[in-house]
Amino acid sequence: MNSTVKAKYSPASFLGAFIKKISKANKTYGVEWWIMIAGIAIVLFMLFTAFFPQVLAPYLPGDQDAGTQLEAPSPQHIFGTDNLNRDIFSRVVYGSRTILGVAFAAALLSSIIGIPLGLISGYAGGVFDRILSLIMDSIYSFPGLILAIAFAAMLGPGVVNITLAVSVIYIPTYFRLVRGQVLTLKEELYVEAARSIGAKDGAILFKYIFPNVIATVAIVFSLNIADAIMTEAALSYIGLGLPAGIPDWGMDISIGKSFLPSGVWWMITFPGLAIILLALGFTMLGEGLAEILNPRLLEK
Amino acid sequence: MEQPILEVKNISIDYPISIGTVEAVRNVSFSLKEGESIGFVGESGCGKSTLGLSLLRLLRPPGMVVGGQMLYHGTDLLSLKEEEMRKLRGNNIAMVFQNPLTSLDPLYSIEDQFFETLKEHNPQITRQEAVERAGKVLEDLSIDKDRLYEYPHQLSGGMRQRIMIGLGLILNPDLLIADEPTTSLDVIVEAGFIDLLARLKKEYNISLILISHNLGLVAEIADRIAVMYGGMIMEIGEAGDIFARPMHPYTEGLIGCVPNIKMDQEKLASMPGSPPDLVTPPAGCRFSPRCPKVMDICREKTPVLQDYKNGRKVACWLYNEAE
Amino acid sequence: MKGLLRYAITRILMTIPMLFILLTIVFLVLRVMPGDPVSAMLGAHAPERVIEEKKEELGLNKPIMVQYVNYLGQLARFDLGNSMVLKQRVSAPIKEKLPATIELTFWGMFFTLLIGVPLGAYAANKRRTGRDFGIRLYGNIAYCIPVYWMGLMLQLIFGVWLKWLPVAGRTSPRMLSSQFSKTGFYLFDTLLAGNLRAFNDVAVHLLLPSLTLGIVLSGIFVRLTRANMLDVLKSDYVLAARARGVSEKLVVYKHGLKNAFIPILTMLGLQFAILLAGAVLTETTFSWPGMGRLLMERIYLRDYPTVQGVIVVFALMVSVISLMVDLLYAAIDPRVKY
Repeated sequence: MNSTVKAKYSPASFLGAFIKKISKANKTYGVEWWIMIAGIAIVLFMLFTAFFPQVLAPYLPGDQDAGTQLEAPSPQHIFGTDNLNRDIFSRVVYGSRTILGVAFAAALLSSIIGIPLGLISGYAGGVFDRILSLIMDSIYSFPGLILAIAFAAMLGPGVVNITLAVSVIYIPTYFRLVRGQVLTLKEELYVEAARSIGAKDGAILFKYIFPNVIATVAIVFSLNIADAIMTEAALSYIGLGLPAGIPDWGMDISIGKSFLPSGVWWMITFPGLAIILLALGFTMLGEGLAEILNPRLLEK
Repeated sequence: MEQPILEVKNISIDYPISIGTVEAVRNVSFSLKEGESIGFVGESGCGKSTLGLSLLRLLRPPGMVVGGQMLYHGTDLLSLKEEEMRKLRGNNIAMVFQNPLTSLDPLYSIEDQFFETLKEHNPQITRQEAVERAGKVLEDLSIDKDRLYEYPHQLSGGMRQRIMIGLGLILNPDLLIADEPTTSLDVIVEAGFIDLLARLKKEYNISLILISHNLGLVAEIADRIAVMYGGMIMEIGEAGDIFARPMHPYTEGLIGCVPNIKMDQEKLASMPGSPPDLVTPPAGCRFSPRCPKVMDICREKTPVLQDYKNGRKVACWLYNEAE
Repeated sequence: MKGLLRYAITRILMTIPMLFILLTIVFLVLRVMPGDPVSAMLGAHAPERVIEEKKEELGLNKPIMVQYVNYLGQLARFDLGNSMVLKQRVSAPIKEKLPATIELTFWGMFFTLLIGVPLGAYAANKRRTGRDFGIRLYGNIAYCIPVYWMGLMLQLIFGVWLKWLPVAGRTSPRMLSSQFSKTGFYLFDTLLAGNLRAFNDVAVHLLLPSLTLGIVLSGIFVRLTRANMLDVLKSDYVLAARARGVSEKLVVYKHGLKNAFIPILTMLGLQFAILLAGAVLTETTFSWPGMGRLLMERIYLRDYPTVQGVIVVFALMVSVISLMVDLLYAAIDPRVKY
C-alpha cells in the first residue's frame, strides 16, 4: 500500500509527468503553446544578454567617452547616447543583468519564505493558521508598490536592500496560493491513506503534498518574476533603488525624464521597451504554462 | 399528399477537432407531419442532441452540417440567411433544453425574458401586452402570473422547466424540439411534465420532436420513434410497433434496459460495451462491435435504412440479406 | 435595508485588523531602520544636545513600545496626530491631497473600463480570429507597460511633439485653484463655480494622467472580460436565448456582458490596489499633487506620523472600494442579498 502510494506521487514521477504534459501540449493547445514558446525565447535571450553582455554591447555601460552628448540614434549608437556621452544600447544590455538579478532573487526569496509558511499554515490549521492568514491577507490587499516604497526608502539604496523591499510584498502571493492548495489536498484520499498508515506530518507534507503544489508554483513564479521586474523598475524610477553607477533601466528612464521636454525621446524609450519585453517574456511563459497545466488558475 | 412540416434528408454533421473529425451525425433522414410527434432515442453521444441543435442552426462551433437538406414547410433551413433563420427561431421552431436550472439568465426577471423574446420578433409590442400574453401562457402551465416578476433563482426546477416551455410556446411555433426536457427533474415532476407536454401539444397544435435517452418516456408521448446509434438512425417506426416488436438488436437491447417494476428482476439489465469512437468509427455497421447477433458482413459493409412493414425502417443486415 | 447597513458596518469593522497589522509593520519598519526625523531636519552635524532636546519634544526618546501604544490610542480617537517635521496636523496635507488622488484614480478607472471591457467582449465574440488575437496581444503588452513610461511617452507625443496637452500639474500656473476650489475635486468644483474656462483647464490636465492609468490597467480587464465572456457565451441560457430568436447583439451585449461583468466587478475590487500603486507612479510622473507625492516627500523627511497617516488612508480607500464593490454586486445580481 505504502509503496504504491509513494510510487504514484513521488516528486520525481510527478516532475516526469509535468514535463511530459508540457511536451505533448503543442498538439492540443495551438496558440497557448506558441505563446509559451515565444515567452521562453524572450526569457532565454534576456538571460543571454545578462550573462554575456560584452558579446552584444559595443561599450561599457559607464563609458563616458562612448560618443558625444545626447546623440540621437545612429548606426554608431543604435539607441543614441545620454547626457553623459554614454552609449544607451550598451547600458540597456548591461542593465538586464541588474533587473533580472534583483527580480529573480526577490521572487526566490519570497517563495522560499512564502511556500513553507503556506504549507505549514494550511496543514496545521488552528489559531496559528488564522493569525498568519490575517497578516498575509492584510499585506496582500494593500497596494504592494506603496509598501515596497516605504521599505525601500527606509532601507536606503543598494542591490540587497531593493531585493528585500521587493520580496516582502510577494511573500503573501506564495503563501495564499500554497495554503489554498494544501487545504484541498489535505482531504485527498492518498493523503488520508498515508496518514492512516502512520506517516509523519513532515513526510506527508513534503512527500505527498508539496509535489502537487509544484505545478502551480511554477506558473506563479514565472508571473511573479514579471511583477518583480515591474516593481524593481518602478522603485529605481522614483529614485529608491540602486546607487548611481549600476546600469539600471528604471533609473535611466528617470534621468531621461529631465531631457524629455527638449525632445530627447531615446533616453526613455529604449529602457522602457526593454522592461516591457522582459516582463512580457515572463508573463507569456507563465500564462502558456497556466493554460496547459491548470487552465482555471488565473481566473482566481 | 399533405406536405410534411419538416423533412430532413441525408443530414451529416461533423466536428473537426485537433485529433481528427468527429462524425457526429451520418445520413439521417426523417419527416414529420403536422401535429405529429417523433421521439429520438439513444445513448448519450449518439448524435440526437446535435441533430436537434442543427435544426435551429445553433451547433456549437466547430460543429457544422456537411451535407443534406432540412426542409421546413418546403424551405431548406440551410439555405436561409442568418437573419431569416433568427426570425424563424422561437417564432416557428422552438426548443426546450435539458437543464432548466441554467437555461434562464439569472440576472433578468422572468417577465423581462418573456418581453425580450416577444419584442425581438415583434418590435411594436408594449411591455403591458407582453405581460398579458406571458400571463396567459403561464396560466396554461398552471403557474401563477405573479411569478413573472420573480427571478430564476426564486423558482423551483420544475417551475423553471415549465417557464422554459412557456418561453418556447409564447410565439406560437408549430414545431417544438424538446431535448431531454426531464433529465434534471425528479420522477414525480417528470410524470406531470410529460402529461403537460402531451396536453400542450394538442392545445397549441404543435408538432414535437422529443429527444431522450429514456425509451419509456418517449413511448408515452411520441407517435413514432427513431432509434439512433453512433450518429445514425438504426430503426424508425410507430412507437407501439417498435416497443412490441423491436427488429434491430440495438433496439432490443434498449428495451431490455428499461427497468420494469412488474418483472421481479434480479438486477438491472445493461448493454455490454461502450458507445463508439466517432473519430474512427467501426468499419461496417457502427453497432457491430457490441451486437450480440453480429455477422461477418456487419463488420465490412454499412447497412442502409430499408423499408419494412407499416412504415418501419431498419438498418441491419439481419433483414437486408435479400440485397 | 437594515441587513445592508449591518453588512456595511461589519465590513468596515473587519478592516480594523488589516489596518492594525499594516500599521504595526510600518511603525516598526520606520523606527527600526536607520535615519530619524530629527537628523533629517537638523542635518547630521547638529550638536548632540539640540538633537536630544528635539527628540524629547517629539517623544522619540521613549521606548518603541510606549510610542506604539500611544499612537494606537491616538488613532482610536480618530486622531492622526501632528507632523514631526512641519508645524501642522497630519490630517491637513491629507485633506488637501486626497481629492487629487481620488479624482485621478476615478478617471483612471473610468478609462480602464472604457477601454478594457468593450475590447475584451469584442475579442470573445470574435474568438480565434485575427482581431481576437490582436486584442489579446494588446492586453498582454499593456499589462507589462510600466505606467510611468506610458505617461512619459504620452507626454512626449501630446505635450512635446504635438503640444496639444499640458504634461504637469492639475491646473495651469496662472489658473488659481483658490478661485473655485471647494471640495478639492476640481472637475466638480469648476462646474459648481460655473467657471467653464477653469473646467476646461482642469479637464485637459486630467486627461493624460488618467488615460495613462487607463491604458496600462485596461490590459488586465481585456483578458478578464474575454475569459468571462467566453464562459458566459458557452452557457445554457445564452444558447436558450439564441434558440428563442434573440438577436446576436442582445445575446452578446445584454446577456453576455452583464453576466460576465460580475466576476469583472470582483476583479475591480482586487485591482484597485494596483490602481492606487499606479496612481502613485503617475503622480510622480505628472507632478500631480496627490497622496503619492505626499508619501514620497514625507518618507524622505522621516515624518513618521504623516507617513503612517497616509498608509492608513490608503488602506481605508482599499476597504471602502471593496465595500462599494460588494454593494454594486447586490445591485446587479438578484441572487445576492445582504
